[in-house]
Amino acid sequence: MCLGIPGQIVEIASAEKKLAIADVSGVRREVNVACIAGDAPLEDLIGTWTLIHVGFAMSRINEEEAAKTMEVLKMLGEAQEEIEAMRASQQAMERVS
Amino acid sequence: MKYADEFRDPAAARALLARIAKVTDEIGATKEKPVHIMEICGGHTHAIFRYGLDKLTPDGLEFIHGPGCPVCVLPMSRVDECVELAERPEVIFTTFGDAMRVPGTRKSLLQAKADGADVRMVYSPLDALELARRNPDREVVFFGLGFETTTPSTALSIQQAAAENLTNFSVFCNHITVPPPIKVLLDDPHMVLDGFVGPGHVSMVIGIEPYRFIARDYGKPIVVAGFEPIDLLQSVLMVLEQLRDGRAEVENQYSRVVPDSGNPVSIAACEDVYEPRPSFEWRGLGEIDSSGLRIRRKYAAYDAEEKFGVGYGQGAARFVPEPEGCACGDVMTGRLKPRQCPQFGTGCTPEMPLGALMVSSEGACAAYYQYGGLDLEPAE
Ligand code: SF4
Repeated sequence: MCLGIPGQIVEIASAEKKLAIADVSGVRREVNVACIAGDAPLEDLIGTWTLIHVGFAMSRINEEEAAKTMEVLKMLGEAQEEIEAMRASQQAMERVS
Repeated sequence: MKYADEFRDPAAARALLARIAKVTDEIGATKEKPVHIMEICGGHTHAIFRYGLDKLTPDGLEFIHGPGCPVCVLPMSRVDECVELAERPEVIFTTFGDAMRVPGTRKSLLQAKADGADVRMVYSPLDALELARRNPDREVVFFGLGFETTTPSTALSIQQAAAENLTNFSVFCNHITVPPPIKVLLDDPHMVLDGFVGPGHVSMVIGIEPYRFIARDYGKPIVVAGFEPIDLLQSVLMVLEQLRDGRAEVENQYSRVVPDSGNPVSIAACEDVYEPRPSFEWRGLGEIDSSGLRIRRKYAAYDAEEKFGVGYGQGAARFVPEPEGCACGDVMTGRLKPRQCPQFGTGCTPEMPLGALMVSSEGACAAYYQYGGLDLEPAE
C-alpha cells in the first residue's frame, strides 16, 4: 500500500472524474490522475509513466525509474501482491449482494 | 557477497558500503557504542531485511525500525470498531488486504468475514466508491488507513462521492501522520537516536518541510530516501556524513520522485477534507497529540463515525491493553529486537500473529521472521 507500483497511462476513461486506464505489468487498471494532471488536457498524459498508490497516480516518473522500481517491488514480493490485490478487488466489486 | 550481487549495480553498492564503513569509523562508532539510525517507513524496513543491509553495514551502525507501518500501529480498539461496523447487516465493509489479519479483541476482519460479515478486500477506495454505486440499497464503508501516502486518495474519493451525491458511501477514517510520533520518540529520554532515514513516498505528498523540526529543534539529521537498496545506502551515508561533520539538516536523496514542496493537488484535497484529531491512539506508543486525521464537519455525511456512532468521541473512551506477553511497544521504540520478544516465532508468527508487527510484511517482526533466518555473509 505504501510502496505503490509503476504503471503507464494508456487511455483516458473519464476526463470529468479524472480517471485514466493504466497498464501495470500487463494488467489494465482504472486510476485517478488528479494529482499528476496539471492544467494540460488529460490526453497529454497518455504514455506517461507514473507511480500508482492504491489506484491514484501520485507522481510522474521516467521509464527507467519505473523499471528499477518494478524490479525492487518484485524482489520484495510487493509487485505480485499489488497485482493480486487489483484482481481480487475486481472480483469483490462484481459480487452482488 | 550474495546480497551485494543481487543489487542492480553491485559495484556502486560496494563503493557505498566502503564509504559507510569509513565514515562510521571516523565518527568513532563501534559495536559497543553504535550510531543509531531509524528508518521510519515500514517499506524501508522490509527492504533493509530483504537485501540484508543490516548485515552488510558495519557493526558500529545499528538500524532502529520506526513506527511507519500503518497496519502495525493500528490500535486494537479500532479493529474492534471495524468488526462492529462490518457486522451490521446493511454494511459492505471494504478494506485493503493488509488490514484483514490484524487481531482485534474479539476477532480480526478475516474472522468476521468467515463468520458471515460482508467484508471485501479492495485495492483502492475507487473500488469502494464503485461498490456504493452498484449497491444503492447497501451502506458501503471504506476503511481509510495509512500515512500521508494514501491519505490523499481517501480525500479525493470523499470529494468524488460528494460531487456525485452518493448517500451510501462513508469512510471509517484512521489516517495518521508521520511527524507527531517522531516527535514523541525524540522526546523519549530512553530513546537513543542519532539520525533518520525519512519515508520517500510520504514526502512525495507532503514535501520535506514537515521534517524541519527534527533538524532545527532536536539537532538530528534526516535524509528523505527512495526504496532501492542503493537509495537506502546512499541515504544512510548522507546521514552519517552529517553526523561526522556536526551538521543537522533535512536532505532529499529521492528528488527524482520527491519535490521539496510535495504534491499541491494532494495537499489541497487533504486540507479540504480532514482536520487533525486532538489525539489518536497508536499501538505500542499510546495516545499522540494531533497525530490522526478526522473528516471535517462539512463532509460529515461521509464520515462513518458520525453515520454509525462509533469511534472517537462516541460513547466511553476505550483503551484495550496489548495482549499478554506482547512486546510490540518495546520493539517499536527500539528497546528490544524482535527476536528478544518471548513470543517471537512461537506464540507469534505471520500465520498466527499475536502482535501487529507480525501482521504486515512491513512490520519489523514479520521482516525478521521472513528474512532473519537466512544465512547471510558480509559483503567484501
Ligand atoms: S513477536 Fe509478535 S508479540 Fe512480539 S513484538 Fe513482535 S509482533 Fe509483537
